[in-house]
Amino acid sequence: MASNGIRDRVAIVGMGCTAFGEHWNRSLDDLLVEAAEAAFASAGVDRDRVDAYWLGTMGNLSGLTLSEPLKIQYKPVTHVENFCATGSEALRNAAYAVACGAYDCVMAIGVEKLKDSGFSGLVVTPPPSDGTQPAMTAPAQFSFLAPAYFAKYGLDAETGKEVLSRIAYKNHANGAKNPKAQFRKEVPLDQIRNSPRVADPLGIMDCSGVSDGSAAAIVVRAEDAYKYTDKPIFIKALSFIAGPAAGPLSQDYDFTTFPEVVASARDAYEQAGVKHPAEEISMAEVHDCFTPTELVLYEDLGFAERGGAWRDVLSGAFDLDGRLPVNPDGGLKSFGHPIGASGLRMMYEMWLQLRGEAGPRQIKNPKLGLTHNLGGAPGRCVSFVSVVGR
Amino acid sequence: MAGIVSFGTYVPFHRIARKTIGQTLGTGGGKGERSVAAYDEDTVTMAVEAARDCLRGRDTSAISALYFGTTEPPYFEKLNSATIHAALDLPAGVRCLDLTCSLRAGLGSLIGACEAAAASGSGQALAAMSDIRIGAPEGAAEQAGGDAAAAFLLGRRDVIAEIEATYSETAEFLSTWRLPGERFSKAWEERFALTQGWGPLLANAAKGLLSRAGVAPGDLAAVVVDAANARASAAFIAQMKLAPELVVDPRLDVVGHSGAAHAGLLLATALEKAKPGDRIAVLSVSDGVDAVLLRATDAISSYRPARTLDQWLVSKRSDLSYARYLKWRGILETEPPRRPDPERPAGPPSLRTHRWKYAFVSTQCEACGTFQLPPQEVCVQCGASHKMKQVAFADRKAVIKTFAVDRLAFTPQPPMVVAVIDYEGGGRVQSELTDVEPEKVKIGDPLEMTFRRLFTAGGIHNYFWKARPAR
Repeated sequence: MASNGIRDRVAIVGMGCTAFGEHWNRSLDDLLVEAAEAAFASAGVDRDRVDAYWLGTMGNLSGLTLSEPLKIQYKPVTHVENFCATGSEALRNAAYAVACGAYDCVMAIGVEKLKDSGFSGLVVTPPPSDGTQPAMTAPAQFSFLAPAYFAKYGLDAETGKEVLSRIAYKNHANGAKNPKAQFRKEVPLDQIRNSPRVADPLGIMDCSGVSDGSAAAIVVRAEDAYKYTDKPIFIKALSFIAGPAAGPLSQDYDFTTFPEVVASARDAYEQAGVKHPAEEISMAEVHDCFTPTELVLYEDLGFAERGGAWRDVLSGAFDLDGRLPVNPDGGLKSFGHPIGASGLRMMYEMWLQLRGEAGPRQIKNPKLGLTHNLGGAPGRCVSFVSVVGR
Repeated sequence: MAGIVSFGTYVPFHRIARKTIGQTLGTGGGKGERSVAAYDEDTVTMAVEAARDCLRGRDTSAISALYFGTTEPPYFEKLNSATIHAALDLPAGVRCLDLTCSLRAGLGSLIGACEAAAASGSGQALAAMSDIRIGAPEGAAEQAGGDAAAAFLLGRRDVIAEIEATYSETAEFLSTWRLPGERFSKAWEERFALTQGWGPLLANAAKGLLSRAGVAPGDLAAVVVDAANARASAAFIAQMKLAPELVVDPRLDVVGHSGAAHAGLLLATALEKAKPGDRIAVLSVSDGVDAVLLRATDAISSYRPARTLDQWLVSKRSDLSYARYLKWRGILETEPPRRPDPERPAGPPSLRTHRWKYAFVSTQCEACGTFQLPPQEVCVQCGASHKMKQVAFADRKAVIKTFAVDRLAFTPQPPMVVAVIDYEGGGRVQSELTDVEPEKVKIGDPLEMTFRRLFTAGGIHNYFWKARPAR
C-alpha cells in the first residue's frame, strides 16, 4: 500500500479565492487577508476559531508571512513549499493534521505575488551553483513534450499544433464564464494558433497566465462538517509524489508521460476506491501550465487511452459539455497561475461545482472531482492528485 | 631536439562576408569572408577545441607543460591556460603559462613548448594558440582579421616533424599597440613598420634560420610567412623570390589573419601535406620575429590529423549579419530580455564539480553499468550507492531525443535551443545546442560536444559544454 489515505475523514467547510490577475495596487498581504477572510466567512468562523494554519507560497521563508498581516494570535503557522504544487501541499498537510486529531479546525492558504518582479514569466533565484544547468525557461522545459509526443504517435506538426491550440481554446472558453479568472474572454482558435512563439511549437497562448492571487480552505473533521455548512465537500484521496528525477538522466524516459503523475493518480484512485477514472470522475482541474502538459495529463490520469488523448481533444471530450470536463474554471491557462495559490484555486472550483454554485459553468450533478497539481518539469517533478466528493 | 608529435586546428562555424561589412558601413569592398568566433566562444574555448583534436585518442599522462598564446586572454590575473588544462583533463603536474600582449605569443608558445619537451626527457608539452581579432568598425583590421586556433603536442618520441632550428630577434619599435581596457588596437603609419621593422626582421630571420640549420633556400618544401600586414609578407616573398607553390596559402580570403593563432594554423596545413624529409620554414613577424625550421619524419606518412583545416572550413554558416557580429563582440549594445541576468557561477561548487564542469567527466554505475550525467552518488537505475566510476563523455557521439526552441531564455543569439541528448552506448543529458540553425533541428540529429563560455555574469566567465551538430 502506497499510502493509507484519509477517505471521508476530513471535510472542507469553507473556501475563499481572490480574483487572479495583475493586482498592481494590492500587496501580498492584501491578497492573503482577502482570501482568508472570505474563507472564514464561507465557513462561518472567525479567525480565533482556527487552530492552525498552513501557508503555501514561494520563498517567503516563514509563517510570519501569514500571521503578521492577519494578526494571528499565537497559533502555529507552517510555511510549505513544493514548486507549483505548493498550494495543494498546504492543503494536504492541513488535512492530515485534522485527520490525526491534532486540531479541530485548520486553514490551508496559498498566495503569490508574481507581477512585482519586473520580469516576464516566472522568476526563481537558484542557489549558488557551478553554472552547468541549462538556463531554460519553464515553457521550453515543457515544450520538450510536444515533439516527443508528436513523433511517438505520428502527429504532423500541423495536427500537433491544432491539438494544443484546441486545449487553450477550451480553457479560455471556460474562463470566459468565470468572474474571478485572469483572462475572461474567449480567444479565437486562429489567434491562439498564430500567437507569437515562445518555445516552439508553443506560442504565448499555450502558456498559463502569470498572475497574483490567493485562495484558502477551512478544513475540519468529517463528523463536524455539518456544524459549519450544509454542503461540505469530503476528501476521498490526497496523493503527493516526488520523483527520483530520472527523466534527465535515463534513456528510458521518452517525454510523453509524467511517471510521477501516473504514480500519484494510482495512489489517489486506490485511496478513493476509484476503479475506472474515465467513467467515475465527473470533472477535473489539472495542471495545464502549458498546453502539452494538459495533453499528456489526460493519459497519465487515465482520462484517455495512451496515445489517444489528442483525438479526444479534437472531439471535445474534455470540453465543459464533454464526457469529462477538464478545467471548467479556465485552468492555469485562463484563471492564471499565482504559484502557491493554484492548488487551492483548483479545489475552489471543486467546492463551487460540488455545491452547485458554479453559475454558467455548472456541471450537471457532479459526484467526484479531481484536482491535479504539478511542480518541476517533465522527467523531474512533483505531482499531487486529490479526489473529492459530496 | 624535440619535434611535433601531433597537431589540431579549429575554425569557428560562423563567417561574415567582407562585403557585408562594407555594405553596412557604406564603405564598400572587401572580398572573401572572415571567420567569427560565436558569442559563446573565446580564445580559451577555441584553444580547447584545437587541443582536443590534437590530443584525440592519445595518452596525456606524459604532458608536463602547457603554453597558451593569445592577444585576447579572457582573464587578466587568472591563469587562462588553467581552464584549458582543466577542459583537457590533463594531469595536475603540468606547468601552465599564458603568453600574451603580442602576436609573438603564438609561435612563441610553440617554441617554448618545444624547449620544455626537449628539456624534460620523456615528457611532452602542449602549445595552444588562439585568437579573436577585433578591429574598429570602418578600419582595415576588422576586415583583415579572423578567429581561429591551433594546437601542437611536442615531444621527443613519435615525432612527425622535428624542429631543426629556431631563430628569434626582438625590436622595440612602434607599430601596433593597445592599452589595458581599450577595445581596439592603434597603429603607426604602415610604411614605418614595413621599412624599419617587419621587412628587415623577416630578411634577418630567413637568413639566420637557414644558416643555423645549414640549409639552402632550395631545400625548403614549404614556407609559412606570417605577418598581420599582408604587404609585409608580400614584400618579403618578392624579395626572397620564393616560388608561389612554396608559400603556404595564408587563407586570408576564407579565415582572415587569425592573430597569434595564424602561424600555427598555417604550419598545420603545411604538415597536412608534408611528405617524409620535407623541410618547412615558419616565419612570424610583429614586435620582432620568430622562426622555426621543421623537417618531416617518416612517421608523417602514417599520421592523420583528427580533422584537417579544410574540414573546418567547409563546415560553416556564412550569413552572419554585421549587426549580429557587432553584438557578439560587445561593440553594439542591445536591449536585454525581460528576464533576470544569469547568476554568476560560484567558486566552491565549481571546484567540487570541476571534472564535470570543465572536462565533462561524469559517472557510470559499476553495479549495473548505467551511464549518468551529471555525476550521481546513487544510481538512477539500480539504486546502488557510491558505486560510481568516472567516465569521460566529451568525445562521445550523441543524438537528439527531444528539443526545445526557447525564445524567452537569456542568450546573445536567440532563440536558445536546448535538447535532451542520448549518447551512443548510454547516458543522457540536457544540453544547450550551439552552432545550430533552430529551424533545422529535429529528433535523431547527430551531435558532438564542444567547450564553450555559456555567459559572463558578475565578472566571472561561465565555462561549460554544449552540443553542436556534428561538424
